Amino acid sequence: MKLFRIRGGVHPHDCKTLSADKAIEDLPMPSLLHIPLQQHIGAAAKPAVKRGDHVLKGQLLANSQGMISAPIHAPTSGRVVGVGHYPAHHASGLSVHTITLQPDGKDEWVELFPPADPFALDPAEIATRVAAAGIVGMGGATFPSAVKLNLRNRYSLHTLVINGAECEPYLTCDDRIMREYSANVIDGIRVMAYALGVENIIIGIENNKPQAQAAMREAATAFPNIQVVGLPMRYPMGSEKHLVQTLTGLETPARGLTADIGIVVHNPATALAVRDALCEGKPLVSRVMTVSGGAIQQPRNLRVLLGTKVQDVIDYCQGFREEPTRLISGGPMMGNVLPDTRVPTVKGCNGILALTAKEVSENQESPCIRCASCVQACPCGLLPLEMAANARAGNLDAVTKLGLMDCIACGSCSYVCPAHIPLVQYFNYAKGELASRQRAKHKQDETKRLIEQRNERMAAQERAKKEMMERRKREAAAKKAAAAAAAAKTAQEASA
Amino acid sequence: MSLLISSPHTHSGKSVHSTMLLVMVALAPATIFGLYLFGLPAISLFLITILGCVLAEAMALKIMGKPVGKYLSDGSAILTGWLLAMSLPPTAPWWIGLLGAFLAIIIGKQVFGGIGQNLFNPAMVARVALLISFPLEMTTWVTVDGVSGATTLGHIRTETGQGHTLSSFTDSLPSVSDMGLGMIGGSMGETSAVLLLLGGLFLLWKRIITWHIPVSLLGTLLLLAGVMHAINPNVYPSVEVHLLAGATLLGAFFIATDLVTSPVSATGQLIFGAGCGLLVYVIRTWAGYPEGMAFAVLLMNAVTPLIDHYFRPRIYGRDRKGEPLNYASGENK
Amino acid sequence: MTAILILMTLGLLLGGLLGLAGQYFKVEGNPLQEEIESLLPGSQCGQCGFPGCSPAAEAIANGAAPVTACPPGGKALAETLAAKLGVSVDLSGVADKGPMIAYVHENLCIGCTKCFKRCPTDAILGSSKQIHAVFADACTGCEKCFEVCPTECIEMRPLTHTVQTWYWPSPMMTGVAA
Repeated sequence: MKLFRIRGGVHPHDCKTLSADKAIEDLPMPSLLHIPLQQHIGAAAKPAVKRGDHVLKGQLLANSQGMISAPIHAPTSGRVVGVGHYPAHHASGLSVHTITLQPDGKDEWVELFPPADPFALDPAEIATRVAAAGIVGMGGATFPSAVKLNLRNRYSLHTLVINGAECEPYLTCDDRIMREYSANVIDGIRVMAYALGVENIIIGIENNKPQAQAAMREAATAFPNIQVVGLPMRYPMGSEKHLVQTLTGLETPARGLTADIGIVVHNPATALAVRDALCEGKPLVSRVMTVSGGAIQQPRNLRVLLGTKVQDVIDYCQGFREEPTRLISGGPMMGNVLPDTRVPTVKGCNGILALTAKEVSENQESPCIRCASCVQACPCGLLPLEMAANARAGNLDAVTKLGLMDCIACGSCSYVCPAHIPLVQYFNYAKGELASRQRAKHKQDETKRLIEQRNERMAAQERAKKEMMERRKREAAAKKAAAAAAAAKTAQEASA
Repeated sequence: MSLLISSPHTHSGKSVHSTMLLVMVALAPATIFGLYLFGLPAISLFLITILGCVLAEAMALKIMGKPVGKYLSDGSAILTGWLLAMSLPPTAPWWIGLLGAFLAIIIGKQVFGGIGQNLFNPAMVARVALLISFPLEMTTWVTVDGVSGATTLGHIRTETGQGHTLSSFTDSLPSVSDMGLGMIGGSMGETSAVLLLLGGLFLLWKRIITWHIPVSLLGTLLLLAGVMHAINPNVYPSVEVHLLAGATLLGAFFIATDLVTSPVSATGQLIFGAGCGLLVYVIRTWAGYPEGMAFAVLLMNAVTPLIDHYFRPRIYGRDRKGEPLNYASGENK
Repeated sequence: MTAILILMTLGLLLGGLLGLAGQYFKVEGNPLQEEIESLLPGSQCGQCGFPGCSPAAEAIANGAAPVTACPPGGKALAETLAAKLGVSVDLSGVADKGPMIAYVHENLCIGCTKCFKRCPTDAILGSSKQIHAVFADACTGCEKCFEVCPTECIEMRPLTHTVQTWYWPSPMMTGVAA
């Protein structure tokens, strides 16, 4: 198949050999699970259980709220010991609503109702079931998958692309899934294609994963509409817009979705979760993740129950070889630091990396020498050096004009910057600051509306009061008059 | 353990220091050859110029209250001094080197705010200032055998200026192989074309520079030279002379490609290179100086911000004007 | 000599023109004031030291008050105002306090309803003899309720970040930058 070139990109050392040969293992049952109610983009789920409840594996713990949200299910059977706040799987170290579950060790499934044949269902029903299973984009974006499966309602689609690029260094979980569960992944992909109403399926896998390519090709032989394509090794090949461009030559419009050009992209791990939900009726309660990095004693690929503490995962890998410089959720290019090892694992966590100082190669920022390495590396055609300079000066309008919102935060610019300027952090800051100002503006408008409402109400009350007074006055006067008249009458009668 | 620090959590390992070091490595062969060719006076001038730059940089940093050690260790001052020394007559008096060093660092770089902030190439600022202030010292050249004489370009200039046709004095010009190897008079950077080309290719291979500026600069210059030579070979020197004599290769690979003062986008770099090439040819042919690389680069440096502003890369998913691409082909329901 | 004369005449002429223009095109009132008032929150909270948003807008328009005068407006408002007035402003002092919201200590609240009668944005919920609660999304931190509470059960608390509202600090703040 003819591939198309993308601009920019970098070639980081992929470091995948640390864990690529390790088969997926199940992590032993942890003693306690902390299940956050927000493991997806969108509104947090609302608790459906209370403290003391006994729940079975796969039982609903929290309902999704609104269109873009996802429900949360019990990862194992046990007792709910708390519904409260717990540190989030988030760089900030802030707490979020979390359900704490004490496993009873039986790992007993709730009764499951898989459909006899998923392909006999209405496509909309598949999306409903995927939504009910709490499945979100497992590549790290955590966007509710059902929303993406419903795109056929608004876009005319022709192709489903499966993003098996796994271009982030260190991560090997998708690689292992495609090698070990190739048949199941293909089943999941076919279900998704059916739900989307598309025939054409392309599975893109980077050329550093020959075994995964072979396994997927083997599993897809029976289906001529599925193509397995080897991708050149270049970061960020796994960015969905760039992947689509590499495979089809089509460029997704700015601020648009790949659906604008008729393509939907899903991740192999998501396909596996969809298959489990539709063929076995199982909701999403665990995921495969890579535990790796120079500071990890024994790098591994593990299937982990959602809500397991990062510490438990690291302990199973024999702990640290040395004190890590950074603990990261996700890959080293786009992952986020974790504040400590107490935090739970979540749906979007595809890797836990403990990196040494040498791997991180942290350095002091020095002035920009305008070498334009960042311009060459940017896959989006931006000028990172100009954007960072403006963000630094607090000139957010200029940063926006330079294309801040077109930045995919892939980190290629920071990776190559010889001056070690934390470009991505400048952009993250600028994006956050802009969003925060928009919220402030919104609140101000809302405040104005409330004040006007209140003033109107006050005025109305005042008017009502006045009218009431006048009416009373009139009534009193009328009464008086009537009384006077009556008195006059009686007097008349009396005199008569 | 983990700082509040954003992704990415890995790095290519490139640094400002290593970048400067690689440029020096690329310059080394031509420099060593030049020092060997011109001997002791050249060596002392070379050292004085570099030391002068380091001294000036240290003083400026101290005055501005910046960490001296951190900024000095990036090697940019050494490189500036090195490039300046390469562009001076090897036998110029020692104070030319020292004065040039201070001009380059103080006027060319630190008054703009230090590394990365300067608008003009510091070494070229110093060279031009010296050339204008001390024309005698800056144009006294020594040929390889120790006899004082003019540079190839200077010689051509003088002769054609007197109305002689090129063919009448071809014999007095060095052969192409002499120019290529560097057995000619001129500054160290004007000597060995082969070694400079080697250094340039090394920089390209190490990805310190991209092909855009050297290719468009040389392309424009040589194309012009070729066309003009074809029109009147008696007045306009041949392509070989333009390529091999003078500071053409040093300029194309080391001066015009200066990271700080050249445009950042590929298109911008092509325009910048073409502008340099054009100006070099114009100055060499019609202006008052036999060599124009320094002037050409400085002039183009001045328009670099303008080029950067108007020639930006196309943003992904947008057209050249910055509007989102439109798929009106009915894909979107 | 002629040059000096010409320049002098020119100077006089142009100066006179400017003076006349100043006379004829004089702007009556200040249209800026209205514009600024429309930007202010309008809760008439008085935290700026002026009796309401309109006098504050007037003061800001004629330069008697800084663009950072409005605490509930915060950094965003200060920046908009600075852009509107074309002045540069040091925002480092504005963000320090951050947005505050009222919080009712339930064990102290007697349900007197004084606070929610005063609240300009109807951000306090409750009725007489019932414990009041603050609707955080509507609270502007104007402190009016705080002033009238007879039992001092209202506390002004800084609005804390949640995972949704948190964002990366500028590298210049965290000391990552040099």
